[in-house]
Amino acid sequence: MAVEIVKDRYGSKVGTLTIGKGPAEGGTRTSVITVGGEGTLPAYHFEGELPHRPVIAMEITDVAPEWNPVLLEALGDVGSTTAWAKRCVDEFGADMLYLSLIGANPEGADRSTDSCVQTVKEVLAEVGVPMAIVGCGNEEKDNELMQAVAEATAGENLLLGVAEQENYKTLTAACIVHGHSLIAKSPIDINMCKQLNILITEMNLPPERICIDPTTAALGYGLEYSYSIIERARLGALQGDKMLSMPVIATVGYEAWRAKEANASEGEFPGWGPQEGRSVLWESATAAALLQAGAHILVMRHPEAVKLVRNHIDQLMVSNEY
Amino acid sequence: MIKIGERINGMFQDIGAAIQSRDAKVVQDWAVKQAEAGADYLDVNTGPAAADRVLAMEWLVEVIQDVTDVPLCLDCTNYDAIEAGLKLCKKPAIINSTPAEMPKMERVFGMANDHGAMVIGLAMNEQGIPKDVDSRTALAMELVAYADSVGFPMEDLLIDPLILPVNVAQDHGPEVLETIRQVKLLSSPPPKTNLGLSNVSQKTKHRSLIDRTYLVMALACGLDAAIINVMDKDLMDAVATSRILLNQDIYADSYLKA
Repeated sequence: MAVEIVKDRYGSKVGTLTIGKGPAEGGTRTSVITVGGEGTLPAYHFEGELPHRPVIAMEITDVAPEWNPVLLEALGDVGSTTAWAKRCVDEFGADMLYLSLIGANPEGADRSTDSCVQTVKEVLAEVGVPMAIVGCGNEEKDNELMQAVAEATAGENLLLGVAEQENYKTLTAACIVHGHSLIAKSPIDINMCKQLNILITEMNLPPERICIDPTTAALGYGLEYSYSIIERARLGALQGDKMLSMPVIATVGYEAWRAKEANASEGEFPGWGPQEGRSVLWESATAAALLQAGAHILVMRHPEAVKLVRNHIDQLMVSNEY
Repeated sequence: MIKIGERINGMFQDIGAAIQSRDAKVVQDWAVKQAEAGADYLDVNTGPAAADRVLAMEWLVEVIQDVTDVPLCLDCTNYDAIEAGLKLCKKPAIINSTPAEMPKMERVFGMANDHGAMVIGLAMNEQGIPKDVDSRTALAMELVAYADSVGFPMEDLLIDPLILPVNVAQDHGPEVLETIRQVKLLSSPPPKTNLGLSNVSQKTKHRSLIDRTYLVMALACGLDAAIINVMDKDLMDAVATSRILLNQDIYADSYLKA
């Protein structure tokens, strides 16, 4: 008996987002990334078009981070942001970089806006891949800092973050004026996600310059909530809801490396086995699940996890057309 | 809901005059305005006064497509005019319309199959517009059966149960709503349903209120498409709100601006 493959038909597509600009368009990037554009659910090659593969952005910081020793050992020297950036691209194969300017935090290193901007410029000079750049999490400092970053990198079409419902106007305006795209972050809530996108587009930043950060949760820490939100946004996009159609960025590494299962040593929990393999799998499994939900940009930390997930993306992009 | 903008119709004086004098600007202004207001299709009706409706339809299709890529809903009782228009349409159009009678169905579904167009099928025949739900549904079934017999995709068929003005035929209101529900049971996948909404409020004092109240009721019954005044902001907001309340769109505080 012949099996009939059931296929859904959707009236619309996920939006696209392009990050980076090459010299021909007034930027300095040697590669440019476009994500999104799917006409169906993730990996449903048999049903619709999946024109762009999901990408991995490796996370780097402007000052040496207090990350788990297992992670730091795998990354090598993280004292020099530029050297770390170069290693991510040349050795670990990152598609793009995600620079967190954590050093700007007034409660931490409290670096000045000028010195942070200098770091951004140095990293841009060192590597050719497109970049996402986010502030330190302190609203007041970030508004000043990210405005300066946007201005200093005008025309590069970077992905800047993060805009949130209570604080989106300054960064949105900076992205409009200086030609960047924006990360719009909402707290695992589809209604607030849509609301923020409406507010930002009301300011006249086009939808194709917005990336949704739905807030990621790691495996074992609420991953299923993130999964539902990403999947719901994807279905909304396919059904024609323009305010949910933007591609999705997921901060996988940040969340996975907060999990006890990634951080506990084998001495603490002998039954859990060696920490390195376990933590790499924790980050990889979180990333794999979010890929299935429909994430487009995975922000990751451990080189081995990056390798595993890149291999997984390769396999997901092989057509399963009937 | 598929929103079909009603304004480019020779029955309106400015459009009728523009067709006579081939004044493209009047037509193009309405095309752009309706597209900006959120029309998914633009109805294009030459009106009965046009000297040569084939030429008038060709002219309308061309001048509209010069300013917008919103697809068209070709609305004419002269099928030669519709066919001439279909040949010029850059995007798949809607044919408006055929009653449940031969040989009109044969001609219309033939053209639709040739051009990949959707079809509005009216629940009426030589005997006119039926009064109750049963006879409307019976005529809808004739349209569904004929479409099926010529391999026309059921999801491209829009059954219009035909609403009459509330001030002259008040008893039709609930019959039409029930027909919208019944039509969904006629086949799997079911055909879509459509209303020429503004007819319900012809010559009444509260047109906008009557339009939007009836449209919301019809949407709750499963209506898929309507030919409407897309310039009526209250009506468009009522559609958006219905979609939220029917769980077809995700709620956000600013959903009216989305």
